[in-house]
Amino acid sequence: MIQGGFGLYVHWPFCLSKCPYCDFNSHVADELDQARWRRNLLAELDHYGSKTKGRMLDSVFFGGGTPSLMPPGTVAALLNALGDYWQVSDAVEITLEANPTSVEAQKFADFRAAGVNRVSVGVQSLSDDALRFLGRGHSAREARQAISVAEKSFDRFSFDLIYALPEQSMGDWVGQLDDALAMAGDHLSLYQLTIEKGTPFYSEHRDGRFALPRDDVAADMYEKTAEMTSKSGLPAYEVSNHAQKGSECRHNLIYWQGGDYVGIGPGAHGRLTLDGETVRTEQIPGPANWLSAVSKNGHATRFSAVVLKPEQCEELIMTGLRLTGGIEAARFEAQTGVPLADGVNRNQVTALQQANLITWDETRLAATPAGILRLNALISAILS
Amino acid sequence: MTDLSHIRNFAIIAHIDHGKSTLADRLIQECGGVEQRELKEQMLDTMDIERERGITIKAQTVRLNYTASDGETYQLNLMDTPGHVDFTYEVSRSLAACEGSLLIVDSSQGVEAQTLANAYLAIDSDHEIISVLNKIDLPAAEPDRVRQEIEDVVGLDAADAIAVSAKTGEGVTEVLDALVERLPAPQGDRVAPLKAMLVDSWYDSYLGVIVLVRVRDGVLKKGMKIRMMGTGATHQVDVVGVFTPKRQDVPELGPGEVGFITASIKTVADAQVGDTLTDERNLAEEALPGFKPSIPVVFCGLFPIDAADYEDLRESLAKLRLNDGSFHYEPETSAALGFGFRCGFLGLLHLEIVQERLSREFDLDLITTAPSVIYRIHQTDSKTVELHNPADMPDVVKIDSIEEPWILATILVPDEHLGAILKLCEDRRGIQQELTYAGGRAMLVYKLPLNEVVFDFYDRLKSVSRGYASFDYQVLGYEEGELVKLSILVNAEPVDALSMIVHRSQAEHRGRAICTRLKDLIPRQLFKIPLQAAIGGKIIARETISAMRKDVTAKCYGGDISRKRKLLEKQKEGKKRMRQFGAVEIPQTAFIEALRIGDD
Repeated sequence: MIQGGFGLYVHWPFCLSKCPYCDFNSHVADELDQARWRRNLLAELDHYGSKTKGRMLDSVFFGGGTPSLMPPGTVAALLNALGDYWQVSDAVEITLEANPTSVEAQKFADFRAAGVNRVSVGVQSLSDDALRFLGRGHSAREARQAISVAEKSFDRFSFDLIYALPEQSMGDWVGQLDDALAMAGDHLSLYQLTIEKGTPFYSEHRDGRFALPRDDVAADMYEKTAEMTSKSGLPAYEVSNHAQKGSECRHNLIYWQGGDYVGIGPGAHGRLTLDGETVRTEQIPGPANWLSAVSKNGHATRFSAVVLKPEQCEELIMTGLRLTGGIEAARFEAQTGVPLADGVNRNQVTALQQANLITWDETRLAATPAGILRLNALISAILS
Repeated sequence: MTDLSHIRNFAIIAHIDHGKSTLADRLIQECGGVEQRELKEQMLDTMDIERERGITIKAQTVRLNYTASDGETYQLNLMDTPGHVDFTYEVSRSLAACEGSLLIVDSSQGVEAQTLANAYLAIDSDHEIISVLNKIDLPAAEPDRVRQEIEDVVGLDAADAIAVSAKTGEGVTEVLDALVERLPAPQGDRVAPLKAMLVDSWYDSYLGVIVLVRVRDGVLKKGMKIRMMGTGATHQVDVVGVFTPKRQDVPELGPGEVGFITASIKTVADAQVGDTLTDERNLAEEALPGFKPSIPVVFCGLFPIDAADYEDLRESLAKLRLNDGSFHYEPETSAALGFGFRCGFLGLLHLEIVQERLSREFDLDLITTAPSVIYRIHQTDSKTVELHNPADMPDVVKIDSIEEPWILATILVPDEHLGAILKLCEDRRGIQQELTYAGGRAMLVYKLPLNEVVFDFYDRLKSVSRGYASFDYQVLGYEEGELVKLSILVNAEPVDALSMIVHRSQAEHRGRAICTRLKDLIPRQLFKIPLQAAIGGKIIARETISAMRKDVTAKCYGGDISRKRKLLEKQKEGKKRMRQFGAVEIPQTAFIEALRIGDD
């Protein structure tokens, strides 16, 4: 039996413009052959669907890029094909990421009709200055309107905010978060700004054009965020994700708890259990190359490799500790065949327990809130 | 062979930058030793480092043929001496091979500490000394003042000092004539058993070890079987020759003559400066006086920054040792720095030169631990041990007393900087022996513990006097001192590379400085890290590095685990350069930086 669930990820690699902080596989294109894109996404779905036939599907996630730019017909065609391969759970979660522009908000009803039951809106900020800094094409007013449309169109919705921006004060963030919590549905993603290599922000930051808040300030903001979201009934369940109990994003849990997911579309990653082995897959990221590869071969897989046991153990610990609930020892052992206690450096675990950075009671290994705030160093220590 | 009456052997002695090499070049040129087109600046300094730093490391000789005003042709053997306090013994051997010296003084600078030290060595060798006032072409030259200074400070009669500009050539013939007229001819017995002094030796990749000699008695010939009287080794002479400065083979070297031999000698350690060469078939009764094997005075650890360079470092040290018998090394392991070598040097400059050659000629990135001297430890079991490495210090309860080496330092400094220099000497436990004035400058003589001098004394001296103080020293001997081992503890574990032996009065100050420095250098960790300085079990200074506040990747997107993997791989790679101290890992670079920055 496979633990951790099963999902489908669909990558739509296009945006109206590139944001200066974003290092995802996104591209700006003038005109698309939408029929061909639909055909080829369906082809890749068929490719991986045939390999995983009969599995129980827990979630679908349209990510990008900006999947709210997809023709609703393409979304519908993909969702209609799910049953050709898999059993679709009654509780299936079908999420689409959306930009909060008025044009896209108008399409929410069509997405709903196509079968999408959850949206995640890329609000990013409720301040116009911050939105300009982040290079976003929408205003704070549009964002608020999009949230209200989402609330009316879907049973479940989430939105993203980016904080710990250059020169952002604690007061400013607390004010925005108050507003956000008042508008929130059952889920919120709150990310601290991270500077990624290869983005315009990377060189601007390196050249001293702006500075991020010091770690102490960022840590204070993080702790304040945890306190406020908890009070509002949306406690953190992952490093940057907050939800009402039971409303955690099912799809993300698949990633973090070692479940399987099919990844289709340019640059999509997947993880599948095939013939008893865990296989990692990766599709060609360039849109044009992806299109022609799929037209030629029926899929654009550029990489597919078995994940070895030690690597699989490390990954489960790396991702599992992002969750406040941590890693269940029983699940870990069922997935890997290795007892959790054997996958960690026990001396470090003891030292980290004493420092109150993790909890470990033989059934569950979890980082404390203080531990999650230092997770990279903590994981490195546990896996040393 | 030249008759003794037509030979003059002379050394050139001077302070750094007083124009010794330039004058040597002029003398060579004047005697036709090299054509103008062959003349490259400072012919005699053959190593890049020598030429760049203006110091001579190896003794060099040149045979010049000079036709004097009496119409006779004389053989002048010029000996360029190593120009630094670290090589005092080598200088003394070079001087012992000559009958006279040219004492060169920059007429714009005046007498400096090294002028004094070398002049005294020459006087000790019974030299006839010819004073040369160099650089008289400079606008700032004050030959009369400097002439007076030579009389006042050095105590030599400078009435017939020669005013020279090595740059323009003015006064150069006068110098050559003075050498012929004022220096005594060497003495020696051609028929007596061979006695030749080993003046210096170096390694040549084509010829093997080249040995520089001065013949006292007898004749040194090609094919002869020679014996080194100090080490007992025997060798067959392959080549006999002289430098003009070009290498030129000659059939033999007779009494009074200076030249070189090669004899299939593998390393310079087998050809020790000061040793006496004699004829294996006709042994001399006794060796020439004054031989002593070279003994390192200053020690430090050398570690490759990249552990993968360890083998390269070992090979490079072996190559250096081929050419530098006074340099010693042995393997050393440090918890903080990994595998490296404990190395012994004649002094700080010698250390610097070796370090520089390793990085320049062998392309190695190295870290040097704080220099240390040799301590004599008298143990309670009445044994005496010599300590080269603070990490090897025996337990305090086993120590009865500790002795440390002291030096007698001579410092010349302009009046306006005297106060700063006095303070520096007092801070370093100096004991004043003399304070005299001569023409706007003070001459200070201080007794100082060598361990205070190897610890950046020279740099401080230069900085507090804005470069105007000059310094020279001689080793006096050992004296008991209240010395303690200062340990630095990171997360309650001692860091061997940072431990040092210091006087009790300095311990707290030093300990505090290192803890503060480490606090800035060690990145924050998951746990707080105590930094402590201790003498035995007693903590005398402490700092704490607080735990890190935040280190988390905010977003993990679209199931792309590969990025998180990359981070983990990067962390694992980084761990290879980490040193474990209890539950915390300290990057090796922190220790490297801590050692790199000078104390203040």
